[in-house]
Amino acid sequence: MFGFHYRLERKTIGLVLAIIGVASIGGIVEIAPLFTIHQTVEDAPDMRVYTPLELAGRNIYIREGCYACHSQMIRTLRDEVERYGPYSLAVESKYDHPMLWGSKRTGPDLARLGNKYSDEWHVAHLNNPRDVVPESIMPAYAWLSRTELRTDDLSDHLKAQRTVGVPYTDDMIVNAAADAYGQAAPDSPQAEGVVKRYGKATAVRAFDSRPGELTEMDALVAYLQILGRLTDAAHKPVASAEK
Amino acid sequence: MIAQLTKNERQVALLILLALAVVGIAMAAGGRHDPFGAHGALVLLAAIVGSFAVISGYYAPEPPESRLDSYYDDPSKAGIILAMIWAVIAMFVGDWVAWLLVNPNLTFDAGWASFGRLRPVHTSGVIFGFGGNALIATSYYVMQRTSRARMPDQLTPWFVLLGYNLFCVIAATGYLMGVTQSKEYAEPEWYADIWLVIVWVAYFVLYLRTLARRKEPHIYVANWYYLAFILVVAMLHIVNNLAVPISWGSAKSYSLFSGVQDAMTEWWYGHNAVAFFLTSGFLGMLYYYMPKRAGRPIYSYRMSIISFWGITFFYMWAGSHHLHYTALPQWVQSLGMTFSVMLLIPSWVSAGNALMTLNGAWHKVRDDAVLRFMMVAAVFYGLTTFEGSFMAIRPVNSLSHYTDWTVGHVHAGALGWVAMITFGAIYASVPWLWKREAMYSARLVEAHFWLAVGGTVIYVFAMWNSGIIQGLMWRTYNESGTLAYSFVDSLVAMHPYYIARAVGGLFFLLGAVIGLYNIWMTIRTAPQAAPETAADRPVLAGGAVLQAGE
Repeated sequence: MFGFHYRLERKTIGLVLAIIGVASIGGIVEIAPLFTIHQTVEDAPDMRVYTPLELAGRNIYIREGCYACHSQMIRTLRDEVERYGPYSLAVESKYDHPMLWGSKRTGPDLARLGNKYSDEWHVAHLNNPRDVVPESIMPAYAWLSRTELRTDDLSDHLKAQRTVGVPYTDDMIVNAAADAYGQAAPDSPQAEGVVKRYGKATAVRAFDSRPGELTEMDALVAYLQILGRLTDAAHKPVASAEK
Repeated sequence: MIAQLTKNERQVALLILLALAVVGIAMAAGGRHDPFGAHGALVLLAAIVGSFAVISGYYAPEPPESRLDSYYDDPSKAGIILAMIWAVIAMFVGDWVAWLLVNPNLTFDAGWASFGRLRPVHTSGVIFGFGGNALIATSYYVMQRTSRARMPDQLTPWFVLLGYNLFCVIAATGYLMGVTQSKEYAEPEWYADIWLVIVWVAYFVLYLRTLARRKEPHIYVANWYYLAFILVVAMLHIVNNLAVPISWGSAKSYSLFSGVQDAMTEWWYGHNAVAFFLTSGFLGMLYYYMPKRAGRPIYSYRMSIISFWGITFFYMWAGSHHLHYTALPQWVQSLGMTFSVMLLIPSWVSAGNALMTLNGAWHKVRDDAVLRFMMVAAVFYGLTTFEGSFMAIRPVNSLSHYTDWTVGHVHAGALGWVAMITFGAIYASVPWLWKREAMYSARLVEAHFWLAVGGTVIYVFAMWNSGIIQGLMWRTYNESGTLAYSFVDSLVAMHPYYIARAVGGLFFLLGAVIGLYNIWMTIRTAPQAAPETAADRPVLAGGAVLQAGE
C-alpha cells in the first residue's frame, strides 16, 4: 500500500483523480438515493403551494437571516413534540427552495407557528419584540412596516419556482402581483382571485391592519401564519402516511 | 506590482479588466432596481481601479530575466496582509453580534445593522476572507518551495488572489443589502458563485502548472492537502449552489433542490466546507510550517498517508450528522454517525503526527510563541475532532443540536485550530517573505498568543455551559409530567454566558489587532536579514539537482 502510494505521489494527475474518486463516494451514496427512493418524501395530496404574498414573506425571512436563530424542523423527540407540536415531515418542505430547517435555536422553533398567535401579536412583536416578550433578545424589525413590498417581479419569482419544480399554473404566474395585493386587502376586487387560485382556506386579511398599503410586514406575517399549515399530513396518524 | 508583469501579461490583464468592466456595466444596467445593480457598479469600480493601475505601470520596463532565479512571493505578501485585514473586520463584526445577543439594542434601526444580516458578514469574513486569503497566500509560498520551482507566470496568482477578494467583497456587501441564498456558509448568490468558480479554476490550473514544473520527484504532503482543498471545495461549491435566478437582472435565485434533498446537500456541503476548507487546507499549512519552524522532519510518512486518505474519504459521509432525528431518512443519519465516529482515527493520526514532530523541539515550543501557536493549534485540532465525533452520536446530538454547544464546538475549531495555525504560519512567513531578521516585537507575539488562548478558552467554556444548560432545560420534565421550563426561561439562563462569550471574543479580536500592527511594523521598520541562501531559490531548468529516477 505504501509502495503504491510512493509511486502515486509522483504523478500529479494520478493524485488529482484519486482525490476526486475517493471524495465522491460518500456524496453519491448518501444523496443520490434521496431522489430515487419514493418513501423519502411522504405523499400529501392536500399540500398547497405558497401564495405570492407568502412567498415574498418567505424571501424577507431569508433576507433578514431569521434562519440563523430559528429552526423549522421539529425532531422526533418527546420534549420537542410536546413543546412545538407534531414532528416535521419531509413532505412539508417539499416546495421549499431552499429549505429553512435551520441549525440553531437562539429563538424557538417556528415549524408550527402558523395560527398560534394573532396578526396583531406578530406585528407588535416584529416592531419591537420586547413589547410583548420582555426577556426577548430578538432584533426589532420596525422598518418592515415602513417599507412597501416590491411586487413587480413576483411573476418572475413564480416562474423560477416552477422551473425548479413547484407546480404554479400560468394563471398564478400572470396574476402574482395582483394576488399579493389582494391577499392583504380583503375588500378589494383582487381578493377574490386569491381564493380562487389558492383555495378557500387561504388567509385573506389585512395582516398589518392597514388594508390600503402592502408592506413587507404584511408579507412576513402572512408567511409566519402559514408555517406548518400547507398540509395536514403531520397531524394524521402515522399509519395513514405509510399506506 | 505592474512592473513585475511582462508586456504580454499587462495586455492580458487589461483585456480581463475590460471584460470585467463590460460585465459590471451589464449588471448595473440590468439590475437598476435591485441590489444586483449595486454589485454591477462595484464590479465596474473594481475594473476601473484595476485598469488605472495597469495603465499607469504599462510603460515601465519589462521585468529582468533574473526574476526567474527567485520565487514569486509578492502575491503571498499581499494575501497575508489581506488575510489580517479581513480577520480584524470579521472578528469585529463577530464580537458586535455577540454583544447584540447580550443587549439587542446595541444597533441601529436599519436592515443592514440587524443580527441576521451581520452574522454572515462575520462567518464569511472569517472563513473566506481571513481563512481563504491565508490559504491562498501560504499555498503559493509552499507549492513553490516544495516543488523548487517558481510559479509559471506573474499574472495568474494576482488574478486568483484579487478575484477571490472581489468575491469576498461582493458576498459581504450583499449580506448587508439582504442578498443571501440562506444556505449556511454558502450564502452568496448565483453571480458571486459563478465568479468564484472562474477564479477557482484558475487557482487549480496554477497549482497544476507549478507542480508540473517541480524539480522534486515527489509531491510533498502539504501539496496533497492543498490540492484536496482546491478540488473538493470546487465539487461542493458547484453542487450545493445549483440554482435558477429569477431573471438576468436580479440577485435572487431559487435553489434547484428543495426540502430533504436540499437539506442533505447543504450539510454535505456545510460539513465538508469544514473538512476541506477549514481542515484540509490548514493541514497543508501545518505540514509545511510546523516542521520548518521546529527544525524537525515530519514524524511519520505513513501516518501522513493514512490520515490524508482517511480524511478525504470519511469526511464526505459525515454531513448527515447535522440532521439527526429530522425528516431525513434514518439510514442516512446512521451512515453519517458511523463515519463521523470513524473519522476520529485519521483526525487523531494527523494531530498525533504533528505533536510527535515536535519531539526534540519542545524547548523551542517553550521559548517561541510562533511555534507555540502551531502546537496549540494541533492540540485544539485533536480536541475538536474528538468533540465532533462525540457530538455526532445520535443521543448526544439530541442534547447538543440547536444549542450553543454547537457554536462552542465550531469556535474551538475555528479559533483554537484554524486561526492559531494561521497566525503561527503568518508570523513564521512574514520575516521570511520580507527578508527580515525577526518579527518587529516578539513580546507582542507573546501578547497575541495569550490573548488568543485566553479568548478561546473563555469562549468555549461559556458555550459549553450555555449549550448544555439549554439542552437540559428544554428536555426537563417536572413531577406532573409536563415540561418544566418555557423557552424564555432557557433564554434568560443564557445571559451570563453570552456576556462571557462576547468578552472572550473581544480578547481574540484584540490579539488579531495586535498581530496586524506587529506585522505592519515588521514590514516598515524591522532590520533587513542576510541575503537569501541558495536553499531558498528555485532550481532552474537544466539544473544538476535532479534526483536519480526523475
